[in-house]
Amino acid sequence: MAGYILKRLIAAIPVLFGLTIIVFLIMAMIPGDTATAILGSYATPENVEKLNRDLGLDKSLPQQYFIWLGNLLQGDMGRSYSLNRPVLDEVVERFSATMILAGTSLVLCSIFGLLAGVVSAVRQFGWTDKIITFLVLIGISTPSFWLGLLLILAFAVKLQLFPASGMFAIYGGGDLPDLIHHLVLPALTLSVVATGVIARLTRTSMLEVLRQDYIRTARAKGLAERKVIAKHAFKAALVNVIPVIGIQAGFVMGGAVYIETVFQWPGIGSMLVTAISTRDLLLVQGGVLFVAAAYVLFNLAADVVQTMLDPRLR
Amino acid sequence: MSEAALLTIDRAERVFGGGRTIFGMPKPAVHAVQDISLEVRKGETLGVVGESGCGKSTLARLIVGLDRPTGGSITLDGRDIAADAGNDPRALAKKVQYVFQDPVSSLNPRKTVRTILTAPLVHLIGLGKKDQERRLEELMEAVNLAPEFLDRYPHEISGGQAQRIGIARALAADPEVIVLDEPVSALDVSVQAQVLNILDGLKSRFGLTYVFISHDLSVVESVSDRVAVMYFGRIAEIGPAREVFANPRHPYTHLLLQSAPAPGRKSLVPEDANTELPDPYNPPPGCAFFARCPNATHKCKESHPPLEAKSGEATHLAACYHPHGGEEE
Amino acid sequence: MTEAAVSSAPKARTTARRPDSIRLLLNNSLATGGFIVLVAVALVALAAPFLPLADPDVTAPANRLMPPFSPDHFLGTDALGRDILSRIVWGTRVSLAVGLSATVIAAFFGSLIGLVAGYAAGRVDSVLMRGIDMIMAFPYILLALAIVAVLGPGLLNALYAIAVVNIPFFARNIRGITLGLSRREFVDAARLSGKSNVQILFIEVLPNVLPVIIITMSTTIGWMILETAGLSFLGLGAQPPQADLGSMLGEGRKILFTAPHVSVVPGLMILVLVMSINLFGDGVRDVLDPRLKSGVLTRPVARTTIDRKEAPSGLKPRGDAVLDVQDLRTEFHLGGTVYKAAGGVDLHLAQGECLGVVGESGSGKSVSAMSIMGLVPSPPGRIVGGAAFLGDEDLFSLSDERIRQLRGADVSHVFQDPLSTLHPLFTIGDQLTEAILAHRRITRSQARKIAEDLLKLVRIPNPAERLKVYPHELSGGMRQRICIAMALANDAKVMIADEPTTALDVTVQAQILSLMNTLRHERNAAILFITHDFGVVSAICDRVAVMYAGKVVETGTTEEILNSPAHPYTAKLIDCVPVLGEPERRLDAIEGRPPMVNNLPQGCAFADRCPKAQADCRAAPISVTEIAEGRSVRCLHPVKEGEHV
Repeated sequence: MAGYILKRLIAAIPVLFGLTIIVFLIMAMIPGDTATAILGSYATPENVEKLNRDLGLDKSLPQQYFIWLGNLLQGDMGRSYSLNRPVLDEVVERFSATMILAGTSLVLCSIFGLLAGVVSAVRQFGWTDKIITFLVLIGISTPSFWLGLLLILAFAVKLQLFPASGMFAIYGGGDLPDLIHHLVLPALTLSVVATGVIARLTRTSMLEVLRQDYIRTARAKGLAERKVIAKHAFKAALVNVIPVIGIQAGFVMGGAVYIETVFQWPGIGSMLVTAISTRDLLLVQGGVLFVAAAYVLFNLAADVVQTMLDPRLR
Repeated sequence: MSEAALLTIDRAERVFGGGRTIFGMPKPAVHAVQDISLEVRKGETLGVVGESGCGKSTLARLIVGLDRPTGGSITLDGRDIAADAGNDPRALAKKVQYVFQDPVSSLNPRKTVRTILTAPLVHLIGLGKKDQERRLEELMEAVNLAPEFLDRYPHEISGGQAQRIGIARALAADPEVIVLDEPVSALDVSVQAQVLNILDGLKSRFGLTYVFISHDLSVVESVSDRVAVMYFGRIAEIGPAREVFANPRHPYTHLLLQSAPAPGRKSLVPEDANTELPDPYNPPPGCAFFARCPNATHKCKESHPPLEAKSGEATHLAACYHPHGGEEE
Repeated sequence: MTEAAVSSAPKARTTARRPDSIRLLLNNSLATGGFIVLVAVALVALAAPFLPLADPDVTAPANRLMPPFSPDHFLGTDALGRDILSRIVWGTRVSLAVGLSATVIAAFFGSLIGLVAGYAAGRVDSVLMRGIDMIMAFPYILLALAIVAVLGPGLLNALYAIAVVNIPFFARNIRGITLGLSRREFVDAARLSGKSNVQILFIEVLPNVLPVIIITMSTTIGWMILETAGLSFLGLGAQPPQADLGSMLGEGRKILFTAPHVSVVPGLMILVLVMSINLFGDGVRDVLDPRLKSGVLTRPVARTTIDRKEAPSGLKPRGDAVLDVQDLRTEFHLGGTVYKAAGGVDLHLAQGECLGVVGESGSGKSVSAMSIMGLVPSPPGRIVGGAAFLGDEDLFSLSDERIRQLRGADVSHVFQDPLSTLHPLFTIGDQLTEAILAHRRITRSQARKIAEDLLKLVRIPNPAERLKVYPHELSGGMRQRICIAMALANDAKVMIADEPTTALDVTVQAQILSLMNTLRHERNAAILFITHDFGVVSAICDRVAVMYAGKVVETGTTEEILNSPAHPYTAKLIDCVPVLGEPERRLDAIEGRPPMVNNLPQGCAFADRCPKAQADCRAAPISVTEIAEGRSVRCLHPVKEGEHV
């Protein structure tokens, strides 16, 4: 198993390189003069020229890439002009906030999604199934940013149960209970769509598995139905669902863009939105790269878990 | 061989996989078919029999040009099939046709029988509208189906009828050779007989040559003039059907015949030993049947026995150092 | 796109198929609801210029933030005094148009890439798919953001971004399907019919892929509308004064606390729109997906539904049988049609006896056997009559728990395909010990010891080692031995074997048959052996029951049946099979086909194919006649000794 994980990690390296190429190309594709774009339209010609030289924009594209990559590997992602601090520092800080939010949501949606899917499949055509199916449908049809607003209206403004925004209370906060208190609404909002997707897939997957010959064998052996479902069917269904949970990690991290904006969560998503509107492109570059790399690792983890469950993949 | 052969296979070989990875490591290779040499004469039926994984379907695909050999050659009327399949696949398809194992999956679910049968008429022999109509009628009559089947979709007909459509399609361009790959094994027994009888009738009526591939010994015995028994990618034994079935020389053929169930046969010969095929990625240097063979000696392990006449009959060959029922060597 | 798919089919097909699909769609009330809402929304959005609505962009500071249901402003006004109702209608128009265009763009390019990659396979496939994988390595929304960052905010740019990030989704889906289709035999057949690659791809493969493209489109369009709304919400999509639903929501967010209706209303509209699309899309998927169409995706319950009209009071177990099935009736209810798969089957099995049940596909032999322990999938199967006595107990009147106790203990099963019947994710040892522990109160390690002994019993070398392997690491013959070991785990009195050797090679089949034969004598277990092969019957069965169209038509000892079949069907069935060693034998085909069990004739089901059929055969149901001791036939004109049919 350790060998397999190592192999997968090595295989992830070219993917990560590919990511840097795409991110680099996206930045290189920006129409107009990059230095002006970075410095804004009020930049002096000297500054533009200096930046062009600093960025190596007088060199060929592949050369530029390798210089950029070299800097990247040394932890130098440039300086954010709008914040006037190194991009790396800002991104790392923001990234941890996003991971707390996205990680919590991912755990929530996996638990609720799997549970709802299994119950729904086992009670197929029953009332529980119908209710779950309908809730799931609403879940995947609801704009999450709107749902966030509704939750703020209900739980922060009307009921005053949870704070409407931020990660910590401004006065006297900063500990774990405070964090959890702030985390509840955004994490729930963010997990809704993914819960729906996972629940749907789990239901279909369970239904498919329950028709398989080996389920009939399990029943023919005289196993209790509870065991047939919880052990034989669920494990087989889980193998199909795991990769999708990996993909949902991407949706959750992407969806964080909206949720962080709505709840003013100091994560990478809200940073990106601000950076795009202020055209702070180095910051955009750094943020995108970090999240994409995290996503690759999430998928890798999903692959490893799937392989652990399914001996045929080894 | 007295008469000139229509189809000649000379040391044909098909390797899957192989080559090297980008790091220069050799990739695993499997010899699906290896060192196969045989001839098929005009008007005869050559039966090819063997168990799963013996390479019989790969051989079939090589003969119709759906796959190319990685070694050796296959010629039809003196023309190289692999070359024709690359340069002029239509000319090849005019001469050699194929009937598939799964009749339903060999028909496009979204096309009517008429569309399916018209394709070879248009693309292979370029018939005009009027001639097409006439030919379609002939074909349907040949496979004993009412013309109204022409306007049905594959899901609206039964397996046996679908297989007759498959045969009609193979017949459409008036080929010389038809390769039949397990044509009746997906069918119920009562339907199986219908299809076998139709095939038999067509052969004499249109002067066809058949290569009939099957795992079912009794079916092969009932249709074949000559039989080739395949094991692990090679020919174990080949000869006139009657000879091979009555007097098998290769111990594998013998085992197959003993194992086949037949009505009235009370006990099948049990074989408690290992029935596993050798590892295809790591084939033994000698005879592949070695581990299962009652007559095996050290010699069999060392080198692969050549395919030779073993019983006086020059046409009956077996690849065995210690053939069944004979004290040779 | 749907239009194109249908019109490409010939006329006859169109008329036959179209009402069918639409009817199916309308049967689904949720999909119908979604469709109606969607059509209504789309109509209103299309008619926006002709509706008596206020100009959506005219500001009126005096009327700002009026609440809903105000006079002249049904849904109130926003921060600039613009009429929200009017803006919703116009915004929906924009959102729909953008979502639709993005879907079409993504579907076109994605499907094209998928088709080419899947069909060409090899290097082209790897290159294209590596590129797609690269795009997919980015979290979806992030990539859209990056694209918008490059192109600059704007509705059109948002549309491009959403379309681009959805291309991989289509490409992957379509590639998978195309790859599968390109390996299908009809593609080879088209090649041998002289078609070129381009012709095959677009004439043969594409029509089969189209439903999948449509399904994918209908299930993603809602998603795309949500995503473009999201970008607009962030201020990166529609730019003022133009508004789509997302940007309205974004503007409303700033005054959430003072005037919630400004953001709640557009959000609700998005929800209604997307939900109606999703409902409709699911309906379309259910209609077009052949697996769902036939209702296959239903969950079979633990035990076949038993729905006997009347209590079979007259039926009593016959003394000498371990298993006695009487007048078993099992039906399948599929979309209003009733298939009488087993229409009054009688089978009895004495201790240690092997009874062969022979028949062609659709004869009801498997259904009858699987009905005994309630293993016929339900829905759609149900047992509607008869009884099955195991000793004195009628299996059809027992509790579920009692059936569970009997399954795998007194009555065990061996199935056809040994690969699919073993669970791929558990080791052989796990699966065997589980079978033992389900019926005995012993420790796990004791059970493991028994499992090892069982493997020895079925002649598997190195049993201790083999317990640790997974099914896919074994050959077919080995796997079937495992299944037999499992069936013997708790000293079953009756073993039900459903075509246990059909999936195996002949040499392996011979071994498995002799193994089963030895073990049944050693263990004195009775076997109900389902097969279609008279050769296999000869090798193992003491007695035979021949089935046709859901009924047993003849029973007797194996010798009697083979040597002097009494039912014309049995006689013809034996005659139409080639026999090893008799190559000259003329194959006597049975013309015609068995009747469908949803439409059985009044009289004998074989009459239409029978050379001996008379008028009386068709008049009324044929009852069973006992023609000798333990020998019965369901025929008015049985074949006489030496007679040829």
